[in-house]
Amino acid sequence: MYELKFDPAICEKCKSCDCIMKCQYIDMDLEKAKEEHGKLVRGEDSEILTQCVTCYACEEYCPYHNHPFYLIVERQEEKGIHPVPKPIEKSQVIMMAPRGRIEEEAATEPVINLCFFPMLKGSISGKLYEGTSLILGSDIFCNLMFLHFARNSVIKERLPAMMDNIMKYHLNPGGAKEFICYHDECYGTYTSWAPAFGMEVPFKPIHLFDFLYNRLKELKSDIKPLNIKVAYQRPCSSRLCPEMDHFVDDIFGLIGVERPEREYDRENALCCGGVLEAQQRFDLTEENQTKNIEDMVATGATHCVFNCPFCFFTLMGKVSEKGMTPILMSDLCRMALGE
Amino acid sequence: MDTIYEKIADIVGTNYVSNAAEELYLYSRDQGVQQARLPDYVVMPNSTEEVQKIVALANEEKIPIVPMGGALVLSGLTIPQKGGIVLDMKRMNHILEVNEKSHYAVVEAGTAQGMLQAYLKKHHPKLKHSVPDAPPVATIAGNIAIHGSGHLSQSEGGFHTEMVTGLEVVLATGEVVKLGSCSTVPKWFSRAPIPDLAGLFMGWNGTTGVITKVGLKLFPSPKLKDVIMFMTEDVDSIPDILFKIIDTEMAEDIAFFVSPKPAYFDGFQLIMISVVANSEKEMKLRLELIHESVREYMDSKEAGFLPLPPYMKVKLLDAPQKNLSEFADIMKGGGFEYVGAIMPVESIPEAYRAGLEITSKYGITYSMGARVVGRGSCVMFYYAYPFNRADSENMKTVAKALEESNEKALEIGGIPWKTEISGQQLILNRMEPETYKMMTEIRKLLDPNGIMNPGNWEVQS
Amino acid sequence: MKKEYADIIHRCFRCGWCKLPTNYQDFNCPAYLKYRFETFSSGGRMWLLRAWLNGDIQTSERLQQIFFSCVTCKNCVEACALPNIKDKLVDIFIAAREDLVEQGTVPPPVRDYLKAMSISGNPYKKPQAERGAWAEGLNIPRYTDEEYLFYVGDVGSYDEVGMKMARSVATLLSDTGVSFGILGEDETSDGNDVKTLGEAGLYEHLAKQNIDILKERGVKKIITLSPHGYNAIKNEYPNAGGTFEVYHYTQVLGLMMNDTMPKGTLNKKVTFHDPCYLGRWNDEYWAPRFALGSIPGIELAEMDRNMKNALCCGGGGGNFFTDILGTGEDSAAQVRVKEAVETGAEILAVACPICYKMLDDAIKAENLEEKIRVMDVAEIVNESRK
Repeated sequence: MYELKFDPAICEKCKSCDCIMKCQYIDMDLEKAKEEHGKLVRGEDSEILTQCVTCYACEEYCPYHNHPFYLIVERQEEKGIHPVPKPIEKSQVIMMAPRGRIEEEAATEPVINLCFFPMLKGSISGKLYEGTSLILGSDIFCNLMFLHFARNSVIKERLPAMMDNIMKYHLNPGGAKEFICYHDECYGTYTSWAPAFGMEVPFKPIHLFDFLYNRLKELKSDIKPLNIKVAYQRPCSSRLCPEMDHFVDDIFGLIGVERPEREYDRENALCCGGVLEAQQRFDLTEENQTKNIEDMVATGATHCVFNCPFCFFTLMGKVSEKGMTPILMSDLCRMALGE
Repeated sequence: MDTIYEKIADIVGTNYVSNAAEELYLYSRDQGVQQARLPDYVVMPNSTEEVQKIVALANEEKIPIVPMGGALVLSGLTIPQKGGIVLDMKRMNHILEVNEKSHYAVVEAGTAQGMLQAYLKKHHPKLKHSVPDAPPVATIAGNIAIHGSGHLSQSEGGFHTEMVTGLEVVLATGEVVKLGSCSTVPKWFSRAPIPDLAGLFMGWNGTTGVITKVGLKLFPSPKLKDVIMFMTEDVDSIPDILFKIIDTEMAEDIAFFVSPKPAYFDGFQLIMISVVANSEKEMKLRLELIHESVREYMDSKEAGFLPLPPYMKVKLLDAPQKNLSEFADIMKGGGFEYVGAIMPVESIPEAYRAGLEITSKYGITYSMGARVVGRGSCVMFYYAYPFNRADSENMKTVAKALEESNEKALEIGGIPWKTEISGQQLILNRMEPETYKMMTEIRKLLDPNGIMNPGNWEVQS
Repeated sequence: MKKEYADIIHRCFRCGWCKLPTNYQDFNCPAYLKYRFETFSSGGRMWLLRAWLNGDIQTSERLQQIFFSCVTCKNCVEACALPNIKDKLVDIFIAAREDLVEQGTVPPPVRDYLKAMSISGNPYKKPQAERGAWAEGLNIPRYTDEEYLFYVGDVGSYDEVGMKMARSVATLLSDTGVSFGILGEDETSDGNDVKTLGEAGLYEHLAKQNIDILKERGVKKIITLSPHGYNAIKNEYPNAGGTFEVYHYTQVLGLMMNDTMPKGTLNKKVTFHDPCYLGRWNDEYWAPRFALGSIPGIELAEMDRNMKNALCCGGGGGNFFTDILGTGEDSAAQVRVKEAVETGAEILAVACPICYKMLDDAIKAENLEEKIRVMDVAEIVNESRK
């Protein structure tokens, strides 16, 4: 019912095959890359399907926005490939299922959508969030994490009802038309994935960093520049909305934070390893985390700021061990406001 | 004028003997579903000497004695079957010696597991002892008296009774006897090479005498600890997976478990593996070897290691696990009892299926699992059934389910551990007659008047 | 008994986590420590309470003793393994006491205390007029419109040791320029311990009486001597119609010491005994340590059982007045002072007049006068500034 809108002709004509050539995990020469990718396009088996670690990066790499990653996920599911062992996948499908307990709670703008991260409720406080409404829960969960499990079907099945719930139980009663996505994976769901699969999105999602930047401008007089160096852990999900990355620099500019140039940032960012671990790729997890953190340490950063809660939980211990304080972006902003 | 009371009071002091309604009420029952039975006295001795005098008195007057530690067996083994004295040993809780070089501790019988743990952590942080998953007030001797096991049983040689280096006991006839090397030389380093008498007090549920001191092996306590969880959907693969992990010899505690709640665990089988190491390098190697031992399962995508977020791991790193006591409140009723059966590793799938059948038949919820003991020579498989203490029908149902679980365990080829009186009957009915005969004769020899926890380990007519 | 409590009493598993602190050091429930029968542990008491409510056991003297043996220290609340009942444990024991008080079946010392409170308004049966006697010679104003009211309480007003402590705190507050007054002979009991002994009606009367006076005088901010008074005013008075900004004196002290006060020196090793009504009851473990740590020369040593694991002095739950637990080598205070000596400290710092007297007496009982002495936090600060 929801089919991926990708144009095979574009892939046919593509000379650079950036999706595979720029991939940090797959090592092929251009000829092989074109060959293997061609198999994907035609729906044949390809070693790309088992080598892919589901880091989402090729969505960013493709200059034609032809959804190479979503294509891989579709093919993986078609071919019965499970990046994560089946029991773990099944358990997650159950764990993240909607509980059906949503109650009407009118949300008036600005609305913060905390998706299904109830443990972060404490972060939604202070001047930045004054006057905001909060919505969260299993019944409005974006489900995009199932890309890592090669289960587009779960997203296709659940997302329409989630969007209905958001409208019916929260936005409509409150007269709201837009909300801020605390985790940019939600943002990517509604601005990248949904359109790619022809799914209508009845509201306007706003990127958290966009919101934070504007709020910080409003509260400029309260800001005390932090004058610190902070390494940014760019998550998989921001590959779906790379046009938002500049907000990191913009926010840092306002709060007196330096984003040191390092190897594993921006387009070359590394997966935190959480998903790699779930895929039982332990050596790769270790390698990624070591490279990434050593890279951060080398810049002299005192903090490591996270966009994604999952990256945060995965790396917070390791980052602390190396003498950096792990912190979520909105908490960093709150720090600058003296909270 | 209760002369027995007076005589007991002369020995322990009036503050430490009671036949008041309140003490009799409480000491007549435990947390499980077994029938309450009143004692006549509750007595709390403070020394081996006092124990000796009490036992001598009881032997003379033919009053039953039920030694009691933490009373956390849940299967009623500290409930007096025939009245008499419940001997609450928990005042005798001093740690007498820790020999760092020879890795042993000597403690009074009523020493709490948690207190020994805290003592070692403070004074001898390089050493630890194996703790059962019972609450920390469980006692060292109580655990020995029932063949307990714990978090080091997989890697460090088996049941806690296999970690005993010596005992001091008071016989029913009043003698104080030292067993093991301590009987001959000053130190408590082992039971060998003395002819082993300590076995006469281990697993006997207090029917052969009162343990007053225990010599216990200690093990190295590395600074780093991690826990990983393996998940599968195919219970029949569990024995093979366990063998593979056990045989790496890299893990400390290995425990299989299943639970219908939370919903995302229902129908799956999990293995919790704890790993200790002295350095990051060692930890990495141990984890790698464990991972690789089950690589074929991961590659086939049929099973894998579950990533554990820090807030989940923190609880799992504890020994003992507090959430096991939380299980008691699942039915909002503050109660559970379990059948623990010692059985071979390969019996796990059958035991698991039997558990599903039984709980389905009785319509009750459960938690099941198996802790590996002695590098795989056997497991302690448990069927734990929570109940609502305020609902007597529920308790009766659970009692029936427990009985059937005992029967099933034996059918499968396992033996219920620290089991209630009715479970003991099932075991004794199956036991070789010569074995039972020997047990009975030893008891007669040690306890001619039959005062030690009567009703236990004897075939009831 | 409230349905809220009666409905959950059966959910105690009697697993015994309540007997130990969270670090398993040693028995941490004063009643269990003293008596050692299972009946005196929190779990045992819960099971007996259930049996009593079900009519399975009668209201004997021993049962009364068991119910009134709880010192309300909340170690069990801290350590209990069952999340759905732990927070209510002490409330349930107090509710059981309320039932006994209503029935009129209480141990004589409890009856005597409540009678004295009812008739004299204080447990010492001394005249109301003497309430301000502790302040004689100190030149402290009777409260009119100062910034703070210094609220002293029963023990601080009438007990020799308590009065000494009231003087040391008041002197310190004066010396450092804090604007405060006292009610003196107009002060009435905060009622905290009346409440924990189960006399809800008398407590309400005392609370209302106190609140009326405070409101009448226009009191807004209060500094208390005792954590017991602090607890009542902070947590219970709002339910009785009186909301005030209240601090325990150690909470004000630390800030003063680092902002306004010139410091002295004291080269001593000190260990701090956390009072239950400041620590486990109100989550305040930091302020007294901050104050002590601010004194140059002080070496702060921690007992193994500190903060949320602290062993109660045994004076809570009314036991300071009723002495149901008595003395002896297994009494909490005597065990505690031995623990303090083990740290090598010369001073056992307290922040509560009940702790002060309990531990002071225990030091004498254990013949430890040469090794350690009790001082309250203000006394220590005063000493350092001499």
